[in-house]
Amino acid sequence: MLAHGELWTVKELFVYPNEFIYWSIQIVMYPFMTGLVAGAFVLSSLYHVFGIKQLKDMARFALVFSFALLFAAPMPIVLHLQFPFRGINVFMTPHFTSAIAAFGVVFFSYGAIVASELWFLYRKHFVEVSLKLREKQDKTLVEWFRYLIFCSLTLGVYDVSEEALHRDEKAIKVLAGVGIPVACFLHGYAGFIFGSVKANALWMTPLMPVIFIMSAIVSGIALCMLTYVIVMEIKKFFAAHKRLSGPGRFPTTEEIKGVEVHVIQMTAKYLLFFMVAAISLELLDLIFRGYTAVKSWDVIRSVIYGKDFTDIFILQYGIGNVIPLILFLLPGLTIRRAVLGTILVLFGVFMMRWNVVIGGQAFSLSFAGYMHYHMPIIPHNWETFKEGLFGAVGIFVMPFVLFWVIAKIFPVFAEARQE
Amino acid sequence: MITRRDFLKNSVLTIAGAALPLAAFEVVDPKKLMAMEASDSSKLRWVFLVDTYKCVGCGMCVKACKLENEVPYDASVTRTWVERYVLTKDGKIWADSPKGARDGFTTSKIDLAADGFEDIKKEDIEKAFFVPKLCNQCDNPPCVQVCPVGATYQAPDGVVLVDRTWCIGCGYCIMGCPYGVRFFHPVYHTAEKCNFCYHRITKGMKTACVDACPFGARRIGNIKDPDDPVTKIIMTERVSVLKEEYGTKPQVFYIGLSKEVK
Repeated sequence: MLAHGELWTVKELFVYPNEFIYWSIQIVMYPFMTGLVAGAFVLSSLYHVFGIKQLKDMARFALVFSFALLFAAPMPIVLHLQFPFRGINVFMTPHFTSAIAAFGVVFFSYGAIVASELWFLYRKHFVEVSLKLREKQDKTLVEWFRYLIFCSLTLGVYDVSEEALHRDEKAIKVLAGVGIPVACFLHGYAGFIFGSVKANALWMTPLMPVIFIMSAIVSGIALCMLTYVIVMEIKKFFAAHKRLSGPGRFPTTEEIKGVEVHVIQMTAKYLLFFMVAAISLELLDLIFRGYTAVKSWDVIRSVIYGKDFTDIFILQYGIGNVIPLILFLLPGLTIRRAVLGTILVLFGVFMMRWNVVIGGQAFSLSFAGYMHYHMPIIPHNWETFKEGLFGAVGIFVMPFVLFWVIAKIFPVFAEARQE
Repeated sequence: MITRRDFLKNSVLTIAGAALPLAAFEVVDPKKLMAMEASDSSKLRWVFLVDTYKCVGCGMCVKACKLENEVPYDASVTRTWVERYVLTKDGKIWADSPKGARDGFTTSKIDLAADGFEDIKKEDIEKAFFVPKLCNQCDNPPCVQVCPVGATYQAPDGVVLVDRTWCIGCGYCIMGCPYGVRFFHPVYHTAEKCNFCYHRITKGMKTACVDACPFGARRIGNIKDPDDPVTKIIMTERVSVLKEEYGTKPQVFYIGLSKEVK
């Protein structure tokens, strides 16, 4: 009879009998996904709060995307639980000495902020759509459905006067301002979940929440840039298609491209800034561990410089940090280079999460043995599916599907073009 | 001649009068009394004492524990286990606990897991000993601190318990324990740990491992009782605990613990 984790754990030397890799790929996905949520939100707030005009187009998109990501963020934890349906217990009997217990409070308050900010941002749109549909005679079933949705989304407020809209903007600004610390808290708290585990020598550091926040913003910005480019490419494709098929005013490929390059170059600057902060903190942590060299250092050193060398120094720092840094720092950033850079950055942040979660379990609590993780690829039961490659990929795809659905209600680019 | 009215009146009075002193006596259930005693943390605090000099690594305790607590016999997880330490003359420390030493240490080969086995020659051995391990029922239990739903909790008598009906299986407690005593039960899939055979000790029995140990290497006692032989040893002799640096205040005390013990 196999114990949980035995399937994907290979032990080496002296490991306690009950030790296995209990926190597997889904726990790698959890901070990765919440990081994307927080990062996307911070990016959108840069425009709303600090008035960085160049990010206007990106801000709206980032906020909607953050909302889509928000629904996907708790999914890895739920899939990881031995009893997914008991997950609700965390809200029913939260035991507040536990970092995880605060999840409900943090998650819902953050969700409420994003939802209300979105509402203020799209209120005008809801009113316009519902009024248009109301006037329309003989609605089809789909239109009735749309009408019902948009009608309820207006929450009965149809005042779209200049004055009301101005108040909306103010509210957005306040919400975005409040949202930044809450978003940072959402993710810093994910870092705290790891950083506060005193039994784990690799995790326990007060720097963990800060490192998590910085890398979260990096990954969020990178994902927004990447998705933005993809969406723009699709738009370009359709614009070209439409111009061929019929008359009317459609933006030319060059127009779209011009906007695209500008937005990407601006966003890349912020990406660089947060990347430098994240790398500095991570290196500080590493140097500090080596310098203080407490009891656990021997085993941690053998993991960092030995067992996990490729994962940490080649994949995370090399491919995930150094190469994209060079790509973004070279003058004359092109879209193609930015796409490659953002993909590498995302990969780097994912590897950082991997090296924290899996790396933290790569050595035994005895400090005299090691554990190796072999992620299940081909699932042969529910457990190897949800805690394997397919489960992780499913979680990663989820926000994009959600975004596609949500963008039907919150049009991300159409409106931006009208303005 | 007594009237019917008087008869009823007097009957009620008699019954009421007789019932009153009876009510003053509470029917005492011995079990309830014991439970009350147990919940008084000033009178009872379970502790454990391991004499490593007496342990020969037979694994009877592990076997007894698995059977008593219905932890699947063939699963590699276990509530208690025995570690073997072998120090060679070249200064190397070898340690293993194959299957938690369920079947005892029947070979001189050290189990290095994925790295195979290491047969150490008798003449190379400087010293060797066994160390039984179990939950430390810490006074400051990190597993209780990190449980997000309160499914694991500390009883007033110090024992840390798990509520199988409420545990969500997040594994945070397993991560939080520096001693590696927790695991997921292969059948119930909830967090599982040694609870000093709570179902036995609350009925005045000893734990299964204590009863199974042929050499008296394991003992359980009440540290709040000054006459308890275990308490006397802990108070008067030189004992130590595991991984004190984590601040968990472990309550399993060891006689003859060597610095090599992980």
